[in-house]
Amino acid sequence: MSAATLIPYTVEARPDTGLNNVKIGIWLFLASEVMLFGGLFAAYILLRNGAAQWPLGASILSVPMAAANTLVLISSSVTMVMSWASLVRKDFGKFRLFMGLTVVLGLVFMVIKSTEYRAKFHHELFPRTNTFLAIYFTLTGLHALHVLGGMVVNAYLWGPGSAMWKSEPLRFTNRVEAAGLFWHFVDLVWIFLFPILYLL
Amino acid sequence: MTSEHAEDHPHAAHVDRHVRAYITVFVVLMVLTLVTVWVSTLRLGLRLAVTAALGIATVKASLVAGVFMHLSTEKKLIVLGLALTLFFFLFCLLMPGVSDMLNNRL
Repeated sequence: MSAATLIPYTVEARPDTGLNNVKIGIWLFLASEVMLFGGLFAAYILLRNGAAQWPLGASILSVPMAAANTLVLISSSVTMVMSWASLVRKDFGKFRLFMGLTVVLGLVFMVIKSTEYRAKFHHELFPRTNTFLAIYFTLTGLHALHVLGGMVVNAYLWGPGSAMWKSEPLRFTNRVEAAGLFWHFVDLVWIFLFPILYLL
Repeated sequence: MTSEHAEDHPHAAHVDRHVRAYITVFVVLMVLTLVTVWVSTLRLGLRLAVTAALGIATVKASLVAGVFMHLSTEKKLIVLGLALTLFFFLFCLLMPGVSDMLNNRL
């Protein structure tokens, strides 16, 4: 009995929903993620409204580094979706290229982020220093954990996980699509974090 | 599992059309990122700066969700589920402001 038989509807659509379980599952997970970040965005608004003074992000944080990271994440979103498109076109070589680039771009994002964090710690700016830095480190730290998680999954799909392409190509393509949806969500969160933390 | 059962699986011909859209959206997102940074240097008032920054971010997010995440062509069930999530998300976001307004009136 194959794994595809044990876990139903990994490839074919369920008759009731018209969707396979992979897609339903990842979208439900992303909905919970929206609420996780939504709660923290609400906390940001509450803290900012309640503060007597609120610093301009650019006066403490590095806008060029954050802008570079935005461009890096957007690029990685494109390489991610291109890796999925390559599988639909049955071009495994291109999939490896684009997925590899996605992992590398994720790594570039993390290197820039850690450089930013190191500079803050060097100047003795910690989460305990003030409310702005507390919410900055909470939001960007949680986001960075998501980038890290996405990188681990993408690296697995690029490496050992890609063996599935030979035995169950459609199931593997769906896995890459689900990983891609998560990766785009991570990009989407950063698109909002960049202006609210660094520019306003 | 055979491919004929994969009813919601895209075909290569559709993907070719998608790829052109991905490249276009990529360029637009890059330009909008630079526009966001440029607008932040204009020293607009806080209200206008917030509107501009969040307006551009919303356009960028819509492009990512609609094109990269295929929401524009996704099944109704997914879109409805997300609409419900968005309702609660906006409730979370607006709650602090509404609570401030009510406190000021009391």
